[in-house]
Amino acid sequence: MISFTPAAEQQMIIDTVRRFAAERLRTAAHDADETRTTPADIVTRGWDLGLLQSTIPEAYGGFGESHSALTGVLAAEELGAGDLPLALYLLTPNLFALPLLHYGTEAQKSAWLPQIIAGAFRPFTAALTEPKWNFDPHALATSATRDGDVYVLSGTKAYVPLAAEAPALLVYANDGGTTQAFIVPRETPGVHIGAREQHMGIRALPTYTLTLDNVRVPADARLGGDAGCDIDHLLNLSRVTLAALAVGVARGALDYAIEYAKSREAFGKPVAQNQSIAFMLAEMVIEVEAMRLMTIEAAYYLDKGEKQTHLAALAKQYADEATLFVTDRAVQALGGHGYIREHPVERWLREGRGFTTFLGMAIL
Amino acid sequence: MIDFELPKPVAMQAQFITMLGQQVMRPIARHYDEHEGERPWDYINLIWQTVREQGGRTFSTDNKETLDKQGKPRPKIGNLMLAYIVETLSWGDAGLYLSTPGSALGGAAVDATGTPEQKERFLRRFAEGEPKWAAMAMTEPHAGSDTASIRTTARPSEDGSEWILNGEKIFVTGGLMAAQDSAGFVVIWATVDPSAGRAGMKAFVVEANTPGMTVSKLEHKHGIRASDTASLVLADCRIPRDNILGSAEVRGDAAGNFKGAMKTFDATRPLVAASAMGIARASLEFTVDFLKKEGITIRHGVAPHLLSAIERDLLQMEAQVRAGWLLVLRAVTKMDAGEDNALEASMCKVKAGAVANYVSQKAVELLGPEGYSTTHLVEKWMRDARINDIYEGTGQINRLIVARRLLNYSSRELR
Repeated sequence: MISFTPAAEQQMIIDTVRRFAAERLRTAAHDADETRTTPADIVTRGWDLGLLQSTIPEAYGGFGESHSALTGVLAAEELGAGDLPLALYLLTPNLFALPLLHYGTEAQKSAWLPQIIAGAFRPFTAALTEPKWNFDPHALATSATRDGDVYVLSGTKAYVPLAAEAPALLVYANDGGTTQAFIVPRETPGVHIGAREQHMGIRALPTYTLTLDNVRVPADARLGGDAGCDIDHLLNLSRVTLAALAVGVARGALDYAIEYAKSREAFGKPVAQNQSIAFMLAEMVIEVEAMRLMTIEAAYYLDKGEKQTHLAALAKQYADEATLFVTDRAVQALGGHGYIREHPVERWLREGRGFTTFLGMAIL
Repeated sequence: MIDFELPKPVAMQAQFITMLGQQVMRPIARHYDEHEGERPWDYINLIWQTVREQGGRTFSTDNKETLDKQGKPRPKIGNLMLAYIVETLSWGDAGLYLSTPGSALGGAAVDATGTPEQKERFLRRFAEGEPKWAAMAMTEPHAGSDTASIRTTARPSEDGSEWILNGEKIFVTGGLMAAQDSAGFVVIWATVDPSAGRAGMKAFVVEANTPGMTVSKLEHKHGIRASDTASLVLADCRIPRDNILGSAEVRGDAAGNFKGAMKTFDATRPLVAASAMGIARASLEFTVDFLKKEGITIRHGVAPHLLSAIERDLLQMEAQVRAGWLLVLRAVTKMDAGEDNALEASMCKVKAGAVANYVSQKAVELLGPEGYSTTHLVEKWMRDARINDIYEGTGQINRLIVARRLLNYSSRELR
């Protein structure tokens, strides 16, 4: 039966995350962007929401819910409506833990999952993106070469969140033509963390360029051992999460633009009472709803294991464009004030523009 | 619980209509496009069997509650079912779909604003006998989107036993079949008090061939040519007193007045949007299949720089079709759940109208000379699609409705 109503337990998660996003993320977002820092108390409280912990089996110290992309996107939209870089910060350990959960060998899972989720937030992370315009996750320039009992990793990665503090990273590399992931402790010789990157948006999230200079890791550091991992599935999980974050950003921008347009007066009436503004807002809400429905549908089928890449890629592509459209129109709705950093809409446009680049930077 | 599983009866119906579309509608679509005014009796007689068996409602639903084996009420799926039927028929051919006999928009108005007795009296006929049509007449020569300023009048007869209608209606979809060429009826929107504005607007059922109602013109159209679009003249047209839908009182909140018309639109707009999406899907699928034979396939999940311009276009078209259709599903499932769906109805109508135009126009472009040629149906679909951003509320009117709902503005605050 076709229904768009979340289950009761999903609604509880939505409500909890929505409150956290409104009270903690949104209120901190402006200063976090200006100072390029994420406040420690937000990390603590965000981690205490237990979004990652809940999906980890009890055997590894989690709460034992099964991982659901659908529940993930419902929560991710709320986080995105709070603040994108802070959301990406909070979700960074997922980049390491969820691929392990899905594809790790028993030894890998029991070695890593308990230490990720026991206690406080620890910035385990992953390195997928490479610093070039034609980056392709299916044809990575970073290579993994088998040399007896070890793999040798070489290449350059970019957009690696929290790399400087990470106890270990999941490094994606070209392993004989297919993309595979490798567990790499940060202290491994040859891992060089570069300077913190500077971007147009997501400024509160520290990301780094990473050089792998003949990094030698044991053969059993390959995610999933001999079986390896399904990169398409992991990309799909990332696609729907990012699409949901994009829905959240767009929704935030829409709501802000509505409130502004209803309170700002020109020619003796609120600007929202002009069709030129009202129609823009109408088109924005239609796009927000459309991208949300596509994201939910893609996540639903991802959980079912059907039509995965097809719908996830479509939802991501749609959300990338729609969030740019909506955030751009939100700036326009505020006129000159939209361009001023005192209002959040210009920040949302900077963040909205980034989604085409963020693949692999969030999974929930 | 969030679920995308199609109920079995809907899936089966869609499958049946897909077959009908392929085997019956597509082969004759071009003929009736080129012979405007000729009735597609081959299609009509065939589909009438199905329409009649299912109770004759083609654009509204009584959404009767049914019980499962445990005696628990099943979720209602009437509007969802209609959306799939309309989408799939329009995928077959939108012009032929619009000529489908049945209760159509006229029936939707009766369902939205009529009494149980009126529903029985006016709609029973669609479940029996020969093919019949119902139509709805709102637009007038000087009033399209501005429905509140219609001038057709209805006044009581001297003895109060009848209403006397005077005026002119244009752009009545299926008006010829409903008013003249079958034992159907037309729902005429008229004012009982021109000074009362919206509050004076009422809907009246005028039986086919009632003296005083004549078909004065048949339009020649850009597309959807298999369906007639008529002008009706009402000259001292007398109808029984109880053919008024809802109350005769002139009150702002009375059922059967302007609000009744708007309530009708909540039900019908998602279905018009569904029709638009059927044309869009047909255009997309044809283009994809055509190009596949030329060795061009769409790849999903490929890095953007590796995509050809055509692939990029196709992906965009596909995403838009998905988005439009999901908005339709959102609007009809809300309706089925008995929730207010005015916002969702207008949202999906805006999106579907735009998507149907974009996708069908793009299909013609991508296929080049093949697309522009009448050898294929793509150019026809583009013409058929074009009406969807216009009728049942233009894209602009529906944006206005979305905006009013979104901003919580009255029609006075946001004009």
